[in-house]
Amino acid sequence: MATYLIKRFFAMIVTLWLIITLTFFLMHALPGSPFNDERNTSEAVQKNLIAHFNLDQPVSVQYIEYLKSIVQFDFGPSIKKSSQTVNDLLGRGFPVSFELGMVTLVVAILSGILLGVLAALKHNGVIDYLAMTIAVLGISVPNFVLATLLIQQVAVNWELLPVATWKSWRHMVLPTLALATGPMAIIARLTRSSMLEVLTQDYILTAKAKGLTPFKIVFKHALKNALLPVVTVLGALAAGILTGTFVIEKIFAIPGMGKYFVDSINNRDYPVIMGTTIFYSALLIFLLFLVDVAYGILDPRIKLHKKEGR
Amino acid sequence: MEAPKQQDTSYTQPNILDEWFVPKKANKDDAEAVVRPSVSYWKDAWHRLLKNKLAMLGLVCLVLLVLMAAFGPIIAPDSAKTTVLQNQNQPPSFEHWFGTDELGRDVFTRTWEGARISLFVGVMAALIDFIIGVTYGGIAGYKGGRTDHYMMRFVEILYGLPYLLVVILISVVLEPGLFSIIIALSITGWVGMARMVRGQVLQIKNYEFVLASQTFGTKTSRIIRKNLLPNTMGPIIVQMTLTVPSAIFAEAFLSFLGIGIQPPYASWGSMANDALPVILSGDWWRLFFPAFFISLTMFSFNVLGDGLQDALDPKLRR
Repeated sequence: MATYLIKRFFAMIVTLWLIITLTFFLMHALPGSPFNDERNTSEAVQKNLIAHFNLDQPVSVQYIEYLKSIVQFDFGPSIKKSSQTVNDLLGRGFPVSFELGMVTLVVAILSGILLGVLAALKHNGVIDYLAMTIAVLGISVPNFVLATLLIQQVAVNWELLPVATWKSWRHMVLPTLALATGPMAIIARLTRSSMLEVLTQDYILTAKAKGLTPFKIVFKHALKNALLPVVTVLGALAAGILTGTFVIEKIFAIPGMGKYFVDSINNRDYPVIMGTTIFYSALLIFLLFLVDVAYGILDPRIKLHKKEGR
Repeated sequence: MEAPKQQDTSYTQPNILDEWFVPKKANKDDAEAVVRPSVSYWKDAWHRLLKNKLAMLGLVCLVLLVLMAAFGPIIAPDSAKTTVLQNQNQPPSFEHWFGTDELGRDVFTRTWEGARISLFVGVMAALIDFIIGVTYGGIAGYKGGRTDHYMMRFVEILYGLPYLLVVILISVVLEPGLFSIIIALSITGWVGMARMVRGQVLQIKNYEFVLASQTFGTKTSRIIRKNLLPNTMGPIIVQMTLTVPSAIFAEAFLSFLGIGIQPPYASWGSMANDALPVILSGDWWRLFFPAFFISLTMFSFNVLGDGLQDALDPKLRR
């Protein structure tokens, strides 16, 4: 276990380093300068700006400097918003995005599992077809489409809930719904198929023969084993929710990290693009690592330290 | 032959004559002959797919979508770029089936122009994934050993990169446009295909027919092409069918963020993005049509992919 963890940890560092390098050189390969915009700044001001952001140094020196500052969790200043650093933006945006992401994840997991279990218990019944219809729709309808449709119907036509910003729980309902439907659909499908498989196992028959209540059979005996496949996709789901926050925060005008990221793309604010990309990647890679470890702990049949091979 | 009379209360033995039964002349050559034409793997899979109603629905929808993408802009009254200022923001009518946008452009035409772009991006991304992924995975799986080890380490690192983030990053760097999107989508997209093909090849290369081929001195490239790949075609096709909707989603996502297809060209994602400011004023048709057709396309590819998976992989069937 320990050797596996160390190996995975180093693989994580290598991936992260690759991402930092990739982002850095991609951003520096771009033609033009971020200061070439419609405002006519004098040459002296331009020179000062370039010197201020170290852009007069050779690329290799800049790269080393950037790596050094990243290691110290300093993502540098924003070029377009002069008084702010990328760290400021992350510090302000991350808590909001984290809240949205976490609430979404919890809602998606709980409702997905519930839907999947109900569908499996009433296999080929009305609830099954209903649940699977919801699941197929959830996979087919992109989150930004769902979000705009929700705004149009619930917020504009029916005037039930507010559309924009992030203040009370009522502001959270629509974004969460828009973001959670896709992951929920995936979890529901997975739970259903693995529940159907587990319910035919002998130990479920034993549990029934012992006269346990259906509730206990489902939630104590069946679900525990049926959930393993769900754990494997959690990493991918988290990635989906994370990238989903870009569009959802844009649509609902939520002041989170995703909104800053999209703004920085549209403004070509390179340090912010680099900083947020690296931060997001680090977050995702760490999440994938956690999921792997959790899977190893939950399923004793998987031996993490065994040499990989299939 | 007469049926025994049922009216009788006592059952009487029907009159069975011995000469009705003639022993068949045994013929050694005929005994082993196959009477019916053999059902090939593909035919068998096709029959299974035909029985899957949802997958067939997806297939029919896709055929219709492709036909409309091909002929929709032709039968439409205006070209996608024609702006008629008198016709701004018209709701759907007999003249403009899907209404018009704020520049007076016909939404029906733009929807099918968008369909061309979305389908093209999806299919191209799947094709490039196929070419790179199958070559890479095939070589890694067949060579095995150290080559495989290093090739797969590289793939693992790429696999760890968050897909949409890389796509966004590449799209920011490249000039926005159709080919930049396709490049951005395929730059790490082939990794999943390579992993899958490698796993399959690792299994199949140990079968006897491959050994037989090797003893004949067949060249490696021929073994991969003729012996290994045809046997992995099922999972490859499934993977490609599922790549298309995710590429279409990614393109719509990029265009929605404003770094995908640029005006005057339309894509479903950019049309949805353009519709965002006007839905508050009740111009529902601007959003509804692109949104509906993205969803329909994703739905069709997903259910078809699921159906193909069940049809092509009998081992997985329950």
